[in-house]
Amino acid sequence: MQTITQITGSGIPLLLDDIDTDRIIPARYLRCVTFDGIGEHAFEDDRQQDPNHPFNKEQFQNGKVLVAGRNFGCGSSREHAPQSLMRWGIQAIVAQSFAEIFFGNCTSLGIPAVCASRDDLKKLSAAIEANPTLEVTVDLEALAVSFGGQSISITMPEGARSALATGQWDFLAQLLDAEAGIKETASKLPYLNAFSA
Amino acid sequence: MSDKQNLFNKVWNLHAVGTLPSGQTQLFIGQHLIHEVTSPQAFEMLRERNLKVMFPERTLATVDHIIPTENQARPFADSLAEDMMSAIEKNCREFGITLLDLKDSRQGIVHVVGPEQGLTQPGLTIACGDSHTSTHGAFGAIAFGIGTSQVAYVLATQTLAMQRPKVRRVEVNGELAPGVFAKDVTLYIIQKLGVQGGVGYAYEYAGDVFDRMTMEERMTVCNMAIEGGARCGYVNPDQTTVDYLRGRPFAPQGADFDRAAEWWLSLASGRDAEFDDVVTFDAADIEPTVTWGITPAQSVGVTQNVPSVASFPESERKLVSEAHEYMGIGDDQPIEGTKIDVAFVGSCTNGRISDLREAAAVAKGRHVAEGVRALIVPGSQLVAKQAEEEGLDKIFTEAGFQWRAAGCSMCLAMNPDKLQGREVCASSSNRNFKGRQGSPTGRTLLMSPAMVAAAAINGAVTDVRKMLEPAAV
Ligand code: SF4
Repeated sequence: MQTITQITGSGIPLLLDDIDTDRIIPARYLRCVTFDGIGEHAFEDDRQQDPNHPFNKEQFQNGKVLVAGRNFGCGSSREHAPQSLMRWGIQAIVAQSFAEIFFGNCTSLGIPAVCASRDDLKKLSAAIEANPTLEVTVDLEALAVSFGGQSISITMPEGARSALATGQWDFLAQLLDAEAGIKETASKLPYLNAFSA
Repeated sequence: MSDKQNLFNKVWNLHAVGTLPSGQTQLFIGQHLIHEVTSPQAFEMLRERNLKVMFPERTLATVDHIIPTENQARPFADSLAEDMMSAIEKNCREFGITLLDLKDSRQGIVHVVGPEQGLTQPGLTIACGDSHTSTHGAFGAIAFGIGTSQVAYVLATQTLAMQRPKVRRVEVNGELAPGVFAKDVTLYIIQKLGVQGGVGYAYEYAGDVFDRMTMEERMTVCNMAIEGGARCGYVNPDQTTVDYLRGRPFAPQGADFDRAAEWWLSLASGRDAEFDDVVTFDAADIEPTVTWGITPAQSVGVTQNVPSVASFPESERKLVSEAHEYMGIGDDQPIEGTKIDVAFVGSCTNGRISDLREAAAVAKGRHVAEGVRALIVPGSQLVAKQAEEEGLDKIFTEAGFQWRAAGCSMCLAMNPDKLQGREVCASSSNRNFKGRQGSPTGRTLLMSPAMVAAAAINGAVTDVRKMLEPAAV
């Protein structure tokens, strides 16, 4: 699998807190059996209600690095949320913090979701607002985001970071490798063995 | 096992298959639950890679999110919903998974069905492509929501890659006042700890309040652990848990049951169990609670006023003003008396028989206010049947509530039950996010089922304590 160590592209600033997955992708777009076409509905209702939503603005249409606030992606477990952002064109998310299921979903899709301090996010956001074509680089090895000569430090749980950086973020193959161990664990679980194990 | 271990760590260790190169644990999942919304793409992943389901008997499927609660004739009027139904039917048939479909009397919301059938048991790890999987923690299981890729992992390997969270003990001690329900307890905890307060943690709910709760009340509390950011929430198994499970279809039977019960009770956190963090609350401080904003933490006691923007720290004010504006609610406005247009009793938080009984106790002999649309949506077909046997459906319909078929319904409005425009809904569900109930500008006030019934009758948020019989109070 592809190793993910660096994402470079322009940014989209959305420095708001507690953005839930219902806002990222409203439930009516979950009526589907594939993720195809879901990208165009990212933030659909927020975009309808706010012409100034960053996802509406011409200058941010090519953004790859999303800048968000605290507890981004809270709420539902729907993978449709990171899927819609990914299909919109987002390749990395820098936020103050993430809800855990959302974070796990991002990792499964190969989207680095990294954390930075509020002050640093404000700096990054302001730089993108001032220059929407500014090149932003998220670096999982240096654990930093660099932009226009500035650099801010980022954090990410080591498990997820190394999974991305070593190209092992598609866990399916690794999990399958342990078939013997899986059967062994099952053989010791009381509830799979008439509570006599 | 050492008495210092908490339940979470005992159960986790038992299910750890090994450590992955990333350092995460490969965790065995004892019970997998699926529904029509988050599974179709997972089965597609299996097909693309030519994989089978490793333990088909450890996955159970049901249908809930898109189910119409009025006309259930197939094909559904909504062709997209029909496609999803056909997909889960085909996937379960092809991969050998039991499906409780609409024709099965056990069908219902996935988090209502699991416990009801006795599939949810102490000591299990339970996963489902749905964030409210935390509900099952009420039994002393480790139960959490997962995304669709992870649903594919569980289907193919019965395992997940997981980072072990820390464990926080959330204690509530003392007596709950009359008219204060499990829903109020869980809303209160989220208000105090914040919607992100639980990130990185599993919550152990402990203290006399939880010890005295019924299983259904414990489920209401654990259901909303996720709304406080926790990865999962649980209550230690005790005699209440054992009594609930006895005789349920998927529970162990006969001598197996006695051995099971002994094991279940042994899993409870030891007296000297260690936790990464402990917080305590006093039950006497909890009132009937109502949300006023757009996150489940934005709530107040029913006798209080909506907090002003200025009362929050600087960093919170932007979010609070956004909530005020969206809700059309102002600084220091009393929450009681807020007009409502719709009332909804249902969902995996509060769609069980005890919830319907509590709502019916308030509705009995009264009538829904003019202009209010009020829906009662049982959490499962078995809940509906039980309610009908008790005559609750009659109490509701005579009071002007609509009696619907089982499903998620207006909790997330993927079926035809939706708010219109800026309607305000008194809801027993779990999320008051913008647009959650089907209208992009619709507004939700979360509260207990009894409070929803009270609001339906008065056409406005009402302190239910004024309407309860003195005997019941
Ligand atoms: S009732 Fe609501 S929260 Fe529960 S599973 Fe259904 S949609 Fe999700």
